[in-house]
Amino acid sequence: MTVNPKLTPLLLSGPALLVFIGLVISPLVMTALLSFYDWGQYKGIVAEFTIKNWHEVIADGYYYEIFGRTLRIALFVTLITVLIGVPEAYILNRMTPRWRGVFLLVVIGPLLISVVARTLGWALLFGSTGLISQALLALGIAREPVDLMFTETGVVIALTHVLVPFMVLAVMAALQRLNPDVENAAMSLGASAFTVWRRVVLPQIVPGILSGSVIVFALAASAFATPAIIGGRRLKVAATLAYDEFLNTLNWPLGAAIAMILLVALVAIIVGSNRLIERRYAQVFE
Amino acid sequence: MSYLALERLTKAYGGVLAVEALDLTVARGEFISLLGPSGCGKTTTLQMIAGFVEPTSGRAMLNGTDLFGVQPNKRGLGVVFQSYALFPHVTVAENVAFGLEMRGVPRAEREQRVKQTLDLVGLSGLADRYPRRMSGGQQQRVALARALVIQPAILLLDEPLSNLDAKLREEMQTELRAIQRSVGTTTILVTHDQGEAMALSDRIVIMNKGRVEQIARPDEAYARPASAFVANFLGKTNTLPAKVVNEGGRHVVDIAGFRLPAPGRSPAGPVTVTVRPERISFVDDSALGVRGRVQSRVFQGTHWLFHIETELGALIVLRQNDGAAVPLEGQDVCLAWGENDLLIEASRGV
Amino acid sequence: MRRNGPLALVFHAIFVAFILAPIVVVCAVAFTPEGYLSLPTKGFSLRWFKAILDYPEFLRAFRDSLWLAALSSTIAIGLAVPAALAIARYRFIGREAITALFLSPLMIPHVVLGIAFLRFFSQIGLSGSFLGLVLSHIIVVLPFALRLVLASSYGIDQRIEHAAISLGASSFVTFRRVTLPLIMPGVVSGWVLAFINSFDEVTMTVFIASPSTTTLPVRLFLYIQDNIDPLVSSISASLILMTAVVMIVLDRLFGLDRLFLGSAKS
Repeated sequence: MTVNPKLTPLLLSGPALLVFIGLVISPLVMTALLSFYDWGQYKGIVAEFTIKNWHEVIADGYYYEIFGRTLRIALFVTLITVLIGVPEAYILNRMTPRWRGVFLLVVIGPLLISVVARTLGWALLFGSTGLISQALLALGIAREPVDLMFTETGVVIALTHVLVPFMVLAVMAALQRLNPDVENAAMSLGASAFTVWRRVVLPQIVPGILSGSVIVFALAASAFATPAIIGGRRLKVAATLAYDEFLNTLNWPLGAAIAMILLVALVAIIVGSNRLIERRYAQVFE
Repeated sequence: MSYLALERLTKAYGGVLAVEALDLTVARGEFISLLGPSGCGKTTTLQMIAGFVEPTSGRAMLNGTDLFGVQPNKRGLGVVFQSYALFPHVTVAENVAFGLEMRGVPRAEREQRVKQTLDLVGLSGLADRYPRRMSGGQQQRVALARALVIQPAILLLDEPLSNLDAKLREEMQTELRAIQRSVGTTTILVTHDQGEAMALSDRIVIMNKGRVEQIARPDEAYARPASAFVANFLGKTNTLPAKVVNEGGRHVVDIAGFRLPAPGRSPAGPVTVTVRPERISFVDDSALGVRGRVQSRVFQGTHWLFHIETELGALIVLRQNDGAAVPLEGQDVCLAWGENDLLIEASRGV
Repeated sequence: MRRNGPLALVFHAIFVAFILAPIVVVCAVAFTPEGYLSLPTKGFSLRWFKAILDYPEFLRAFRDSLWLAALSSTIAIGLAVPAALAIARYRFIGREAITALFLSPLMIPHVVLGIAFLRFFSQIGLSGSFLGLVLSHIIVVLPFALRLVLASSYGIDQRIEHAAISLGASSFVTFRRVTLPLIMPGVVSGWVLAFINSFDEVTMTVFIASPSTTTLPVRLFLYIQDNIDPLVSSISASLILMTAVVMIVLDRLFGLDRLFLGSAKS
């Protein structure tokens, strides 16, 4: 070999490494620094160390409410995607390969469609003259027009739609690792279909459900386009709040502090729960 | 004069010696097998020769040049891998032609040599197939052709037949030997199958835990194993503790009271005695032999295999299936063997 | 395997309806002959599709989106292939850390990335530039490319490369003639997934795009914030249609489950 073999991996990953140091680490570090800068309506950004941005975000009830709402929405979305995504994955997995192929295209395919286009569909359905309102009126479930635009319910429904394919994927991956003979073994021992599912299948796919939940929660908590379109300016979440601070109020240091809090909270949740899942289920799987 | 000489070849992983100071000389045209259980260092040795593993120390001289000074892709050795390692994305002909292309052999000559080599391994009509669409035996032949076509200085075979079923393996052994004879390429085979090693090789290198136990011709190693390990590894054997005593100027081996004159040059003291199961015979007279009872009897086609519980412990006995009556399970029998059937080795670490 | 019961099939039908509803509605509205949004729509017209042509800013954004996606996914795959080989093949100090770094854009919220790039580009004088968009998109799509190339790199038998070397091939020839063809499925599907993710990206891009240099999803998003009319429906419907075609082609070429489940695994 002309080069020291010890250097080969470094040479191979070097270009990507340089790009990432230059374009991920340095922007993030600069943003972290920015969150400690001072800002005034007339003086703009001043490079003076202050913790007032952090203090404001953490102490002010207004931001509390927004972070609380973000958390609430993310938890609801996660819960609903589990409730509907897990059975759907199980159903898909039991289809014949041909039908499974078709419905995978239907269920997973929307991931490839722009979030803006998908959310637009919900905006069309949600308004007081939209199809949902019309249907509820016609069925007699509602007495007056139902407007889901600019409501948390609307945001939760639309985000569930956007994110449920991730849950289905995660659970399907776990299901495909199952040995089908194990289900048959349980049945041969006299278990009913439901018992097989609860006692044999479910325990084995819990790690898949959990990792799907982590993905969905993280994406829901940081979602931007869907809450921005369905929630509008009236119903802010963390991501749209940061957007407004940056592009409307132009208080970049405060926006940077919001972004940093979002980043730290999410990374802590993702890394923490992944550790937990790995430790809890390490002995069961591989 | 030796063609390939390995001198104190050593490979250590961390503190663990995978191969320890291996010395071996190979003559031109010779077929050598490196034989041993998994983890004995045989594959590591092969990979050091091929250049896929860097040796910790030692030399390998090929025809007077130091092999380790040459880059792996310039060594000109043909390698056949256990998994065949065929290029799955190109045809059989392109697989075989690859090495010639690397050597800049012109197209016309290339095509001709590929065809010749495919004929040699019996794959004439299959040049345009893709490896995936072939049986294990056919893939094996492609791998062999690909290695042979470059007229390698040495052909290195890493467990080439272990993925084939028993019948096909036997056929391929015969064929491999025939091809090697006709081409005359110096060949090193790595295998854990003693039958394969004995069937194919001019000499066998029996390895255990990174060390060479014995280098010998197959018949030699079988008849006069250098150690109990070799005896055990080269076929079934019975191993018994015994002692050699001097009785009136004559050496006598005493196996739990059963006494026989010891072969010449036997060491006095505690020994390990091995006796091959096919060397034990059933006798009528109980005064002459070891008494025992047949525990089980397994029919193996050409042979009967007996497990016999005796005064000396459990023994296995092989009897040729020559049509004669053999003892039944549970029957009392008497066993005997001659002094020349015994192999006596001073006990190690007792 | 046993079949799904009737209850399961009813659930499945409702689920599929839920998934398809907004997509179908967007397409339905786009064909309205009216000058305003109406559902259910009466009649059928292509007038709103023709209207797209009167908005050159949307067409320009579409063209820029395609260029951006093509450039960033190509550069990302160029960086990902050697990196994946290093990670899959070698055990070196910092290997885990490098892998985590390369996959980190999946974990960092895109809003945060958008803010970080906005700050970074405004400091180094790249704000609002196409180059800035390309650089930022390389970062967000590289993990997708890397995961698929990694999956295919782990899958190949290293002895196939040893065979090539023993036959006289140099490292480079071995890569070009043996390794690259073997990981090609991963490279192609990684590129496609990177392209789609770049094309669809809106959250990060909205921070760093300028009115003159922007992508189609961002322009559409900003437009929808102000008013929702049949025009955005017809544009969205066109996007959905194109995606559907790409999706079916992908499914034929690789199988969507392999593309996604392969990436969802590791």
